Amino acid sequence: MSEARIPPSPTPDPSTLAFWEGAWNGQLLIGRNTKTGRVHYPPRPVCPFDDEGAVELVPASGRATLYTFSITRAKTPYVVAYAELEEGPRVLTNIVDCDFAALRIGQTLRLTFIETEGGQPLPVFTPA
Amino acid sequence: MSLRGVACIAGAYEHPTREAEDKSTAQLHAEVAIGALRDAGLTRADVDGYFCAGDAPGMGPLSMADYLGLNRLRHLDSTDIGGSSYLLHVAHAAEAIALGRCNIALITLAGRPRSEGVATGTTPRAGSPAQPDVQFEYPYGITVANLYALCARRHMHEFGTTSEQLAWIKVAASHHAQHNEHAMLRKVVTVEEVVNSPLVADPLHRLDCCVISDGGGALVVTRPEIARSLNRPVVTLRGAGEAVKHQMGGQLDLTYTGARFSGPRAFEEAGVTPADIGYASIYDSFTITVLLQLEDLGFCEKGQGGRFVADGNLISGVGKLPFNTDGGGLCNNHPANRGGMTKVIEAVRQLRGEAHPAVQVPNLALALAHGTGGTIGTRHGSATLILERE
Repeated sequence: MSEARIPPSPTPDPSTLAFWEGAWNGQLLIGRNTKTGRVHYPPRPVCPFDDEGAVELVPASGRATLYTFSITRAKTPYVVAYAELEEGPRVLTNIVDCDFAALRIGQTLRLTFIETEGGQPLPVFTPA
Repeated sequence: MSLRGVACIAGAYEHPTREAEDKSTAQLHAEVAIGALRDAGLTRADVDGYFCAGDAPGMGPLSMADYLGLNRLRHLDSTDIGGSSYLLHVAHAAEAIALGRCNIALITLAGRPRSEGVATGTTPRAGSPAQPDVQFEYPYGITVANLYALCARRHMHEFGTTSEQLAWIKVAASHHAQHNEHAMLRKVVTVEEVVNSPLVADPLHRLDCCVISDGGGALVVTRPEIARSLNRPVVTLRGAGEAVKHQMGGQLDLTYTGARFSGPRAFEEAGVTPADIGYASIYDSFTITVLLQLEDLGFCEKGQGGRFVADGNLISGVGKLPFNTDGGGLCNNHPANRGGMTKVIEAVRQLRGEAHPAVQVPNLALALAHGTGGTIGTRHGSATLILERE
């Protein structure tokens, strides 16, 4: 366990207010095309895959596996990673609350949240 | 229409400074512009096309055109794909020349991150909130180094690549840099020294990273009949390719770069294969950058990059593919945090036979220069050039 890094707050825009509101409610929201069902991340109002269909925000299950990671050797070390969601997308994130040296690609993760400087919860992952 | 043979690089100049505390960035642009034009035997009065990237001071190319006193411009391009912009500019200059939009194109790069104390690779830097990815990335503490480290870790996992293999890339660069009087790191290093240097963002060590330097460079691109009229060896563009690779809505795969797309486009246009290339300038922000691009450009199979670079295979006079014989970004310089310009310049030196004698590839006919701008861990632009000695 390491001392925790406090992340800077994200800067929501009008198209992402619902995503960050979801984080207050303990949800990681991903974009889903209402016509094709394909999901994407980060969510955006226009589907990156298909011209047809609207985008709705749906909560991810929070179950994921570790795709890759790196321990940044800052004064307070922290782990930047891509987590592969059960739904498919690989999301840029942090891995927190664990022994960094024991992390292994492919291990299972679960969603959690940490508080940023301004209070906004930030979705991150920790070993399941 | 093909770009094969439509344009030549007639002038190339690398600024000798590595720390320019007493100069402005605009001044450096002007000094490299004069240097490249003088190298070609031309003057600013000859320039009718101007190219710079988005980091040049001012709005696009406007302030630089004014400051440089370029009064005959009829073609402008400030496309910015980070450090690879300048390779793309060569190709775009060739397009403009082929269409008759300009005859003499000047491309400049300059910057002072060293004097300005920018912790380029290891400090999170906030982008504009309007950049849609910033809010999903900046809070997580992304840095240039840790984003490249993510790719290195995944490559190690999938293909068994080792830190020692990556270290060979730095070792090869250092063997070349010892002959470059301007290089920042001229000491020849060993694999052990690289892997025993401090971890920055594991698995990348301090010596897996490029240097941070001030400086710049410039190129002059012109039509073949003009190039042949100048008193310099003629270096002709034979093929070019460009591509963007990004996160693809979450379907990203960090084991390859945009070189997978820009490389084959350039080779197809040139009508040659990787086996025909005698010298390669390969973007080297980090050792892993080189390894991924070598695979993606087809110099070896995907996953075999570690074996390919080991045992000095990239050292001129020793291995099969001499690379970055000026010492590259890993040892020589990385002006403005953008290494694409110097990649083209060293390829031109090699094709002219003007590289340092200790690293010059004998009878070189074909060279490749390739750049990656942005970060391979998120999104980047790739640009490939294949150049030949006439």
